[in-house]
Amino acid sequence: MSDVVDESVAHKTPVQDFAADWDHTDPQWVNDPYPIWDDLRERCPVAHTERYGGGWFPTTHEMVTSIANDTEHFTSRMVVVTHNKFPPNFIPAPVGGAPPITSDPPFHSIARRVILPAFAPGPVNALEPQIRALCNKHLDEMVGREFVDGGTDYAQFIPPGVIATMLGFPSEDEEIFRDIVHLVLDLIDLPTEVRGPLFEPMGEYFAKQIDDHIEYPRDDLTSYLLNVEVGGNKLERQHVAGTMVLILVAGIDTTWSAIGSAIWHLAQHPDDLARLVNEPELMPVAVEEFLRFYAPVTMARLVAEDHEFFGSPMKKDDWVLLGFPAANRDPKVFADADKFIIDRAANRHAAFGLGIHRCVGSNLARLELRVAIEEFIKRFPRFELADRDAVTWAPGQVRGPRHLPLRILP
Amino acid sequence: MKVRIDPEICQGQGRCFSIAPQIFDFDELGNGVVLGDGLLTSETIELARLAQANCPEHAVFIEDSP
Ligand code: HEM
Ligand code: SF4
Repeated sequence: MSDVVDESVAHKTPVQDFAADWDHTDPQWVNDPYPIWDDLRERCPVAHTERYGGGWFPTTHEMVTSIANDTEHFTSRMVVVTHNKFPPNFIPAPVGGAPPITSDPPFHSIARRVILPAFAPGPVNALEPQIRALCNKHLDEMVGREFVDGGTDYAQFIPPGVIATMLGFPSEDEEIFRDIVHLVLDLIDLPTEVRGPLFEPMGEYFAKQIDDHIEYPRDDLTSYLLNVEVGGNKLERQHVAGTMVLILVAGIDTTWSAIGSAIWHLAQHPDDLARLVNEPELMPVAVEEFLRFYAPVTMARLVAEDHEFFGSPMKKDDWVLLGFPAANRDPKVFADADKFIIDRAANRHAAFGLGIHRCVGSNLARLELRVAIEEFIKRFPRFELADRDAVTWAPGQVRGPRHLPLRILP
Repeated sequence: MKVRIDPEICQGQGRCFSIAPQIFDFDELGNGVVLGDGLLTSETIELARLAQANCPEHAVFIEDSP
């Protein structure tokens, strides 16, 4: 699959001016988006593009907040920017293909309430020992080597393992999960004719898991979704499948990216690394700063009706890229916004979104990020980047290091 | 002084009860709730302010109590 992508990206025109022609898959953006966003925030502050059928990119915290809270003018029908706003098997809002993230009010709150209890602090905190064991299993395999990859040897394994257990999917299917995530989030630049058919195996995989759970119900999230009743009715099978896809996709790439970015930071800031090693109680505060500074997730909306937004003439069905990571770097809201301050006390970051779609998995994500870093630095209290140029970043709306070669220091 | 969470605004971001479990708790959906009557003492007021400064939704209110 990656060959197909490389091909399609290679044929693109490089962006000259992100204000008038932004593209979040442009190599410059993928490798280091922050200077681009800072420049746009000062200059525009809403950037425009004709790519992907037309869209906008607002860069201030104020704008991002206002869009996230305005479900009347901005619909969540599609939240990942692609070349096709209406795929063939498209389910329109308010339900959408992956409820609740593709749902608008009033259906959204129904679909959200169904899954919230499973991700509330109680059940999530109970997973801590299991997450710690999973981290150590992979660390055991890395020990004794001078060179390790923080991405492919470590970060990429933690979230799939956790999600597989929650959904009750075979953990040996991890590779399949990562392929699904890659398809939904990374392969966005493919022409529709190529991208569409790639979804078929994914549909079959979920159908198989659902059938298996119908036949052999278990104590997991999949059986729960199949049996839960809303207003006296079970959820439609399509709704269950959509929510499972969402949990899988939203739960894997995001947290993997957050763990990777934190390791990337520590590899280059020995002072921060030493502080975390020596003051483990700093971890919860540090986690919030990792989330602010390296927020991995940018979501999208479609404009619901023609209207003017901060002076920009938005048209129905234009894309809007909702840059939570850019909002987190807005100097109007964060003192020294462009500085990573490991013990930043007041940190109202928007890494998990704002408003009704606030990340359902935020308690779980924080736990995974904290435990993954705690265990990593316990095992490797000193490390650095082995080769800065060999670090690669996931393109698109979820950003984090994929290859992260590290040298472990004595 | 008294602290209150506006349930219409709170989205369960969970910052308040992580920072100040003495003052806040969560319900079964993971939304923040104030423990007891929410009255703040000279010992808890700063913690409540810190939680307020970390709530991304601006759902925490600290008000004069009669
Ligand atoms: C560091 C890791 C993560 C980050 C930064 C993150 C970020 C986000 C953001 C920004 C949204 C809002 C989307 C929008 O406004 O359209 C969101 C929604 C969501 N996330 Fe996460 N996420 C993370 C991890 C997880 C995990 C581990 C899960 C679950 C296993 C998860 C499940 C969800 C779900 C179900 C939604 C949809 C909520 C709704 O529409 O009501 N996320 N996430
Ligand atoms: S921090 Fe704010 S949004 Fe989060 S639970 Fe507390 S009051 Fe609610």
